[in-house]
Formats: sequence, C-alpha cells, structure tokens
Amino acid sequence: MKGTKSYLSKTVEELKPSGIRRFFDLAAGMEGVISLGVGEPDFITPWSVREAAILSLEQGYTSYTANAGLMELREEIAGYMQKSFGVSYSPQSEITVTVGASQALDISLRAILDPGDEVIVIEPSFVSYVPLVTLAGGVPVQIQTLKENGFKILPEQLENAITRRTKAIILCSPNNPTGTMLTGDELNAIAQIAEKYDLLVLSDEIYAELAYDSEYTSFASIREMKKRTILISGFSKGFAMTGWRLGFVCAPEEISQAMLKIHQYAMMCAPTMAQFAALEALKTGRSDVEGMKKSYKRRRNYFVQSLNEVGLTCHMPGGAFYAFPSIKCTGLSSEEFAEKLLLEEKVAVVPGNIFGESGEGHVRCSYATSMELLQEAIKRISHFLNQHQKA
Amino acid sequence: MKLTEKQIEVLEILENNSARIPVEDIAKMAQISVAETETILDKLEEKKVLVRYNSVIDWSKVDGHEGVTAMIDVKVAPKRGVGFDEVAQRIYRFKEVRSVYLMSGAYDLSVIIEGRSMNEVARFVSEKLSTLDSVLSTTTHFILKKYKHDGTIFEQNEDDKRIVVSP
Repeated sequence: MKGTKSYLSKTVEELKPSGIRRFFDLAAGMEGVISLGVGEPDFITPWSVREAAILSLEQGYTSYTANAGLMELREEIAGYMQKSFGVSYSPQSEITVTVGASQALDISLRAILDPGDEVIVIEPSFVSYVPLVTLAGGVPVQIQTLKENGFKILPEQLENAITRRTKAIILCSPNNPTGTMLTGDELNAIAQIAEKYDLLVLSDEIYAELAYDSEYTSFASIREMKKRTILISGFSKGFAMTGWRLGFVCAPEEISQAMLKIHQYAMMCAPTMAQFAALEALKTGRSDVEGMKKSYKRRRNYFVQSLNEVGLTCHMPGGAFYAFPSIKCTGLSSEEFAEKLLLEEKVAVVPGNIFGESGEGHVRCSYATSMELLQEAIKRISHFLNQHQKA
Repeated sequence: MKLTEKQIEVLEILENNSARIPVEDIAKMAQISVAETETILDKLEEKKVLVRYNSVIDWSKVDGHEGVTAMIDVKVAPKRGVGFDEVAQRIYRFKEVRSVYLMSGAYDLSVIIEGRSMNEVARFVSEKLSTLDSVLSTTTHFILKKYKHDGTIFEQNEDDKRIVVSP
C-alpha cells in the first residue's frame, strides 16, 4: 500500500487505542508478577455450570438458538431480575441474550443514536464507553467526577452537561474502575434529571451482584424509570464467567426490538453452549455467587485498609472488585507509578488515566486475587512507597 | 450456643484461609479491631467452638511418610443406657484412629485409621478392633489415593489462567 491513501475508516483511525494494551505488553514477558491488573474474578466458573455446558455439547446442542436467546434462558433471566432486583421484563419481547455485556452496550448505542447525538459518560469509566459511542456515530460528552465526592456524579454537574442533542447517560454502578456504588437517593436524583430532560439511561449493572455494604438498587426499579432505562448485565463478574462471553440487555419493547434487529444481522445469537451454562448458573449458581461475594468483601476490607496503612489513601469502594487509591503522595504520574511498580516490585496495576482524565493520580487495583497474593502485594507496595515517598 | 455475626465472620475467615493468617489481617477482613478479634478468638477457643488450627498436608509427597489410611465399617451391638457411645469411646481412644462417626445405614460406626503399613492396620483391626466385646463385624477399605481432602484438592493446577492486565 502506498502512503497516499488509507483504506481505513476515519472514525476508526481516530479512535485512541486502549492504554491497557501497553501495560499488558510490558507485563506479559515478566515472571513472578502479582497481577492486580485484571478486570475479572480469580474464581473459575463453578463446576456445575461448566458441567452443564459439557452436557449440552454431549447432547448435541450445537446449532443456533433464537436470535434473542433460548426462551428458557430468557424466562430464567426474567425471574432472576424480578427476584433479585424487583424489575419485571417480558422474556418474549424485552430481553435479549448477548455476547457479553459489551455487545449489549454496542447494540444499545447503535439502536438509539443518530449521527451527532450526545451521550454523557461519567469518568473515570470503563474503557469501552467512549469508543463505542463514537463508533455508533454519537458524540461522547465526558464528565469528570472527583475523589472528594467519592467519584460520584453531582446532579448539577449532570445538568450542566446536558444540551439539546443529549440522548442518553451511561451509568455504571458499582463502577469500574473506582468501585463506587450510588445509593438509591443518588440514583433518584439522576432519575429526576432524566425525566426532566427526557433522556435515556444506559445502566451498566454488570457488577450488581457485587454490592457489599447496602442493598443494590437497579435503575429500572426506580419509579417511572423502566421506560427510559436500557439495563445491561451479564454473567461475567458475579457468576465468574468472563470467558463465556454471555450477557443480556433488558429494555422497553420498542428499543428491545430495535436492538434485536441489529443483533440478528450482526451476531445471529449468543453461543449456544454458553447459553446452557448461563441457564445452569441461574438455576443453581446462587450459593456460588454468595460465597464469592463474601470472599471479595473480606479481601476488599483487608486490602483497602492495608493500602491506607502503607500510605496510599483510598476510599472504601461499595462494590465490584476494584480499589482506586490515590498515588499523589509519590509525586509520580499514574503511568509512571504503574510502570515503576511493575518493573521494580513486579506488581501489576492499571494507571487511572486510562479510564479518563479524572483518573489521573490514581491506579486501579483489582483485589480479585488470593489473600496470600494480596498480603504479598501489600508488602511490595509498602517497600515501593518507602523508595518513592515524595520528600 | 448463639454466636454474633462477627464471631461467625471470624470463624468463616479462619476456615477459608491459611491457619497462619495474622490476627491483624483477620481484624481487617472482618472490619473490627485487633483487640476485639483476639477477644473473639479466646472466647471461641474457650467454648471449644474453635477446636484446633489445622494444616492440610499431602504426606504422599514425602518420602518415607507415605503411610496408609483405611476406612473401616464397623457393626456393633449397642448397650442399654449408653447406646453406641461407650464402644465409640473405646475405639476413638486408640491413637491410630483418626475419626469415628456414627452412621445411618448398613453399619454403625465408620472408623478411619492411619498406620505406617498395611500390616500395621491389619494388625490393629484383627487384634484391637475385632476383639472388642460389642463389635460384631468389620469391613476394611484401604484408601488408594487422596484426590480431595477436607475441601482441598491435592493435585490441582493452581496456575492463574487470566491475562495479566485486562479492562
């Protein structure tokens, strides 16, 4: 190819590559690394779930399912959402089984956005929101939250960001990377704004199962909000099924059917064996989820208190499995801190700026790893801070 | 006895972690003070709720320490007034006996014995166990391989299969 003409789409060319890639490459060749850099559970999928997928293969369930997913699975999802979160969706017309929550997010955005429509993204945020909005033709409008506010969005911040082109807000609670969980009252405040300006809310509830200190409130359960909520969830985090790539999206019929149109052309259906696994997870996996949740909570308590003790101030995250400590005491940037910590102490964390500018000065540490490794990681971080404490 | 939520929390932490976990770390995990954790541990030890801090050892990996384990189904004649308890006591007092359970079903007591060799176990069964007055019969099963013991899988590939950094 001569240098004059690019065959790539301008949108894609202008898309920033994920900053996580560089750290992955840096850490990949090293031995003895303790990784706090992973956005997934350390538990492997419960055996009963894996076994159900194997059985489905043995029985020959290797063909397509309905576009929206196995009806039996959608019925189980409807029951689960009702029982766990008090929201009711019709398995016939309001639930779509997707290839991970990521695909759910993609088809949601593509179903609702016209070129130039604005979508509010609250930072620090999961790395995919901004690029996916852009790819769907929308314009991401980023709002930066502050550590002083526990990385929570203030209602006035939200209102200030709304324009005539604003179509939707993406919410993620508990949040990746901060672990911050919004209370029912805080969600209510957002709901009022959504109502006032007639906005949709894409509620990414993938970490809903991992709320440690208080009851989880699904955005769709707030009065009058179901009709403007696209609820995205899945099995990856709570059920420890990241590699299965299985999620789902619940939305009012009109939006749901629009998403299904995209889904049927672009994906056909989610993988059949993964759907059978998810079915088993919903039928019998509740106690596994409870056990994992207890374990994460104890590790969170240990890890966050220990971080504060060795000198990295960190708020107590209400959910997910991330701690988001400030590293400002070292005088290093997030990237410098993460790179030095990896090279000098062999502990991998993710620099906060990857999740948006407001993440600068912080790093994301996943505590989804064994207690023994967390204890060792704290030792190494403490040693590191002794070398790098700002005078 | 009725335990508090924090007492149960401490027990669960001990059950699911290494016996060597420092008290300070237990305190952090349960979100209580070190002093309170120590009080809870003392109380639970005193009440024999917390019986022992154990380690799980795979002796089969240690040369010269392989040993043998047998599970013995024992049928006994219970005695008026003391039922199975008296004969159970006579059995569990032998140091070779690791566990004794009263069972429902085809036999009465399940006895787990550890010995250095098959001969040693055989001798114990024929000389000590079968000769007890209330013992009617014994069936001895030798354990060939331990896959999982007390919730711990012995031969497991523990490698973390996750990529090092992911979003």
